[in-house]
Amino acid sequence: MDFVVAQFLTGLASASSLFLVASGLSIIFGVSRIVNFAHGSFYMLGAYLGWTFVTNLPYGHLGFWGGVLAATVAVGLIGVAIEIVLLRRIYAAPELFQLLATFGVVLVVQDLTLAIWGPQDLLGPRAPGLRGAVEILGQRFPRYELLLIVVGPVVLGLLWLLFHRTRWGTLVRAATQDREMVGALGVDQKLLFTSVFFLGACLAGLGGALQLPREPVTLAMDLSIIADAFVVVVVGGMGSIAGAYLAALLIAELQAFMLVAPPFTVLGIEIVLSKMTLIPSFIVMAVVLIVRPYGLLGRPMAHARAVTGMIEPVVRPAPRELKLVGLATLAVLLLAPLAAGDYGLIVLTEIVIFVLFAASLHFIMGPGGMVSFGHAAYFGLGAYGAALAVKHFAAPMSVALILAPLAAGLGGVLFGWFVVRLSGVYLAMLTLAFAQIVWSIAFQWVEVTGGDNGILGVWPAEWASNAYAFYYLALVLCVAGALLLRRIIYAPLGYALRAGRDSPLRAEAIGIPVARIQWAAFTCAALFAGLAGGLFAFSKGSVFPTYVSIPRSVDALMMVLLGGVQTISGPIVGAIVYAGLHEQLSRLTDYWRLILGLAIIVLVLAFPQGIAGAAQRWWYRGKGEVA
Amino acid sequence: MSSADLLAVEGIHTYYGRAHILADITLHVRRGEVVVLLGRNGAGKSTTMKTIMGLLRPAAGRIVFGGQDITGWAPYAIARAGLGYVPEDRRVFTDLTVMENLEVGRQPPRADAPQWTPERLFKIFPNLGEMRNRPGGRMSGGEQQMLTIARTLMGNPRAILLDEPSEGLAPVIVDQMADTILALKREGLTVILSEQNLHFATRVSDRAYIIEKGRIRYYGTMAELAANEAVRAQYLSV
Repeated sequence: MDFVVAQFLTGLASASSLFLVASGLSIIFGVSRIVNFAHGSFYMLGAYLGWTFVTNLPYGHLGFWGGVLAATVAVGLIGVAIEIVLLRRIYAAPELFQLLATFGVVLVVQDLTLAIWGPQDLLGPRAPGLRGAVEILGQRFPRYELLLIVVGPVVLGLLWLLFHRTRWGTLVRAATQDREMVGALGVDQKLLFTSVFFLGACLAGLGGALQLPREPVTLAMDLSIIADAFVVVVVGGMGSIAGAYLAALLIAELQAFMLVAPPFTVLGIEIVLSKMTLIPSFIVMAVVLIVRPYGLLGRPMAHARAVTGMIEPVVRPAPRELKLVGLATLAVLLLAPLAAGDYGLIVLTEIVIFVLFAASLHFIMGPGGMVSFGHAAYFGLGAYGAALAVKHFAAPMSVALILAPLAAGLGGVLFGWFVVRLSGVYLAMLTLAFAQIVWSIAFQWVEVTGGDNGILGVWPAEWASNAYAFYYLALVLCVAGALLLRRIIYAPLGYALRAGRDSPLRAEAIGIPVARIQWAAFTCAALFAGLAGGLFAFSKGSVFPTYVSIPRSVDALMMVLLGGVQTISGPIVGAIVYAGLHEQLSRLTDYWRLILGLAIIVLVLAFPQGIAGAAQRWWYRGKGEVA
Repeated sequence: MSSADLLAVEGIHTYYGRAHILADITLHVRRGEVVVLLGRNGAGKSTTMKTIMGLLRPAAGRIVFGGQDITGWAPYAIARAGLGYVPEDRRVFTDLTVMENLEVGRQPPRADAPQWTPERLFKIFPNLGEMRNRPGGRMSGGEQQMLTIARTLMGNPRAILLDEPSEGLAPVIVDQMADTILALKREGLTVILSEQNLHFATRVSDRAYIIEKGRIRYYGTMAELAANEAVRAQYLSV
């Protein structure tokens, strides 16, 4: 019993940190409708800056509390700078471009942090006066944790006062609902948004700085916290601060108790909960989203009114010139091996596989209108499906390449059933949750998947072991897959899918079972992503959990978005540009993330419709047609 | 433009994407007038109002308010210049109480416009005074319409754009709305409203512009319009 209390208290302390980050994310999302991927970076910067301010300033230092405060404000100011330089220019851009831009910030911050603080983990200082432990019901409990327990509710209370007892808070709540109207009433939105960003970034920075005595400062803090923070915000309800606290509590307690749960056996399989701490939060999220689609305390989101209404352009058959360009590209890809060296061939194979991966994501995002944050799940299921078949059943490549899409397709059937019940940001978050579940299994179920070490020795069959042969195999399968997806867009399924995207109610009213169509499309996309994953496994000879990780999902999003969501050639252009860029950069410099991040930011600012989208507009404008 | 004009809209053209919605709209409104923009659904009334308010950017033409060229200004700057906007779909902040909704609209008083406080507004809108802490989402359509007008008045505007104030309201409430507009006119407020309801418009307005398919087809005093059966039959009868 005493032990339960101690564990409960630990959960409370963790909930506070999680809440600080999640509440900032939630507040920023509420007003600006931006899902700020860089929020984890703010948290990480808070920890690094805190470390510097508390212990390592060149001339003396600020002490623990002074350092924490300075780090909080500094992160707030960094947030303001990012808002003014970058986000302010893209508030009218489609949601996902904003996401893309903030992910660019994540990459830049990662490399800047690496450059400034180096790759080693840093050990934080203890808080003065809060060293050591107190005894609670016979259990020793760190004093500092007690402080953290208090911080969460105190910040919650202060935020409540701020939002309900000040004019600024009233304006923020009004803008969360209808920011255009707030502007028409004489409120300068720019100033409001910037100040909201400052507050949100400060909260993340405070969360990071307060972690100093609890855990070492590392370069992996950003993406690990952002996944949890997304879950908390979604479970609590987007924009609901009390909901965020409740959700943080739920998830932190769950994790705290799972760490100490004894193993048990279900259907002959031993379940070791303490080794699966990553999975439950995502299962909680999936369950909550199905039972309460808008989160525990959330409400259906008012459509954030933007000044410019974006209308999806009509998907039209490719003009003859574009078909010629397509044929020329194919010809280049067919002949390329003649000129490319061994290394070039590997890069080309990878690009061809990514074209199919991107095309499969585009299929549900563009015509389907379903934005998946977790498309790597199906890529990974395909890769692991193929690798496990080879490793555990000694399957030949041909069989494994059939199993790969089937494994991913099964995942698509299962996850898709839940996913199509939601829409918009919630749908995106649910796909992220499912991808994280797959990732957790790949990472934590070491006996089967090899965990972090992955599965090695997934080599192609004899006849395809030559790099040229494998390249042509990949080219044939991927081009066929991409063309098939393209064909479906113009088939009745594709029309029904687009009708469901543009107006679900009207589509239902003319007899289209929208959810079922979306489910079918989702499964279809998963199948092709799985094929890409299977091919990728054989091209590398191995699989790793990184194939299912958030960055891999983001890779796919980047390719689709860079190419332009509403153009069919988009994913192809995007995959070639992105994979090429990625490959070249990582060869040229250790700081490739920095350059890639900056490139992404510049591309988003320059081409808010994507590269292919911009080319399409330019093309039709030249022709004097309505684009 | 004559120097007596508070608002002058001169030859504006507005597009939605490639669709040409407003063509060469010109309006002149003098201080203290109530001017109505009459037209059927989809004629371009709301687009005209949104363009004046800066919510849409005109491709050509200019908008002058109080002697300042406000073309291309951000909506908040136009509101601060003393032009209030009451949208047709009300857009009260449903999560905020009546008092909080009013607070969002509050701006510093200006010398050349009527000055409002919540207490003064509750004299004109007595219903609102009885539900100060009720969230906007739990009010009837008529109460919400009154709240949006009151909220805009909290900015102490010199003129307000009132987009279809009678739309979707019960006849009794429409009558109240007419009284309210006349009361505001007596306060010295300039009102530009859009309407489909000719009877309502005739009760409150001094002059009318008739808009159809994005063009001004007729303008004159309400008396002239009342005498011109041909124009009414052509543009306003259903």
